[in-house]
Amino acid sequence: MSTDNTRPSLYQSVISGWSAFWVIRGHLSPRIYLLFALTGMLLPLAAWWWLSASGLMDKVFMPGPIDVLLRLYTWFKDDDLLGDMWISTYRVAAGFSLSAILAIPLGIMIGSYRPVQALLEPLTDFIRYMPAVAFIPLVMLWVGIDESSKIAIIFIGTFFQMVLMIAEDVRRVPITQIEAAQTMGATRSEIVSLVIIPSAKPALLDTLRVTMGWAWTYLVVAELVAANSGLGYAILRAQRFMQTDKIFAGIILIGLIGLAIDQLFRWLHRKNFPWLYKK
Amino acid sequence: MNTKISIESAGKTFGDGNIIALQDVNLAIGSNEFVTFVGASGCGKSTLLRCIGGLETLSSGSINVDGVPVSGPGVDRAMVFQHYSLYPWLSVIDNIKFTRLLQINREDITSADVETASGRADALIDLMGLNHVRDAYPNQLSGGMQQRVAIARALLPRPQILLMDEPFGALDAQTREVMHDMILHVSKLEKTTIVFVTHDVEEAIYLGQRVVVMAPRPGRIDSICQVVLPAQRNQDMKLSPEFVQQKKAILTRIRETAGMHTDLELLERMTRQAEADQ
Ligand SMILES: Nc1ncnc2c1ncn2[C@@H]1O[C@H](COP(=O)(O)OP(=O)(O)OP(=O)(O)O)[C@@H](O)[C@H]1O
Ligand SMILES: [Mg+2]
Repeated sequence: MSTDNTRPSLYQSVISGWSAFWVIRGHLSPRIYLLFALTGMLLPLAAWWWLSASGLMDKVFMPGPIDVLLRLYTWFKDDDLLGDMWISTYRVAAGFSLSAILAIPLGIMIGSYRPVQALLEPLTDFIRYMPAVAFIPLVMLWVGIDESSKIAIIFIGTFFQMVLMIAEDVRRVPITQIEAAQTMGATRSEIVSLVIIPSAKPALLDTLRVTMGWAWTYLVVAELVAANSGLGYAILRAQRFMQTDKIFAGIILIGLIGLAIDQLFRWLHRKNFPWLYKK
Repeated sequence: MNTKISIESAGKTFGDGNIIALQDVNLAIGSNEFVTFVGASGCGKSTLLRCIGGLETLSSGSINVDGVPVSGPGVDRAMVFQHYSLYPWLSVIDNIKFTRLLQINREDITSADVETASGRADALIDLMGLNHVRDAYPNQLSGGMQQRVAIARALLPRPQILLMDEPFGALDAQTREVMHDMILHVSKLEKTTIVFVTHDVEEAIYLGQRVVVMAPRPGRIDSICQVVLPAQRNQDMKLSPEFVQQKKAILTRIRETAGMHTDLELLERMTRQAEADQ
């Protein structure tokens, strides 16, 4: 009699453990997940560190992590780091909110009512394909270079996409949910407010999360060409003075703020839509 | 027999009129009758049900409920769909009370009405055996439980007619049997007129007082079969000679009208082709 069936060899358990890792849409324990996530974050950091320390690249072009940290510190102490962060965040928040406030009702209308869709969707689709960046000169001519121009550029960059994505979210509400409400005697406005909106809400929040990322992209574009404050502007000025470490610091900072906001959206999602997370 | 629903030369076309989903359908359904519909895929069962429910409008002819023409959905005709009709963001109890939510929203009911509605919701929860999942969300439930919730929700406003489109189509055989006895019980208790569409001939005979066999292209009624079983059904009857006899007869009608012979021809052609290739 062999003992193969009762006690797998170490080799076998390693193999089966390994293949269990690669189950399609499989499960990973939180600890192992964290381990992988940290590896994914730290590996590039280590590679960067090594590259800058190796001397393969000129320090002027490739500053190390320490240089960047030091630069962050002096930026914080001598230059107005917090001010730059604040003004950039403010611009994103203003442009994004303006977009969202207009896009959400409009998208819901387009997704729910065919005539509104016919009237507005082709137009929105058309404008969406016009490069937002190309509007910058026009925006500067029309609204000058004060705060409103940055907000306008973020608005142009996000609004049209947002409208279309929200309309799509609304159209994805299962027709049986709507028809069930009809057979229960719901009026049209009740269907919109009591079925379509609650049903589409999780997708809407996800759309907002994704477009928030784009808002940061357009912020930097706006600040690179039309500002004298903010993180994007700081990056541009750093280039003029060959301060690559500051460019790095600026880019990483924007990434971190973006990550934090993204996590905030995900937290809101879990908080507001518990039924999606209970199984 | 009091006629509850009368369908008169009902016709329905889709597209540019080239898809004839229903052609000259005539049928009278009595009060508290349980009528089941079977037929090959695409013969217009769902379309007919949706026309009664007011979710589709007829192209010709008319459907009357209590002598009044159907012009749209109404609370007197509740509908149970095959799936995806529950509201995942509402708990079981709130799903069941959805019609009340509508009325509270309209502020046209008194607090006494809310009380009775709550009592009714609780009674339905009891009737459907949903007590232990009262506050769960629909996606935490099994398919069978979800359909119980859908039925309870449909029954809340005491509809006179319950329209069901393959409501148990996605359930396993055991759960189905339980649901069959449950729905028969409901039909007795609530005196609801039930129109029930299914693919499953056994289910159609077991539940129905009459089984309507439909035929496709164009969608029409082929024949109507009066079920010979006693009014009080039980699972053993499925083995009785009468049951088997009726099942055979209905299956034959469905096969004959489904146009399966084309497939057999095709199969023969393919076989000949394969032989020739060798
Ligand atoms: N909205 C629609 N647009 C176009 N054609 C439709 C529509 N709804 C149904 N049809 C067509 O009408 C015919 C009848 O469809 P119906 O869904 O009523 O059949 P069914 O008997 O319920 O079939 P199944 O058993 O597969 O559910 C089919 O040919 C179908 O393709
Ligand atoms: Mg159907």
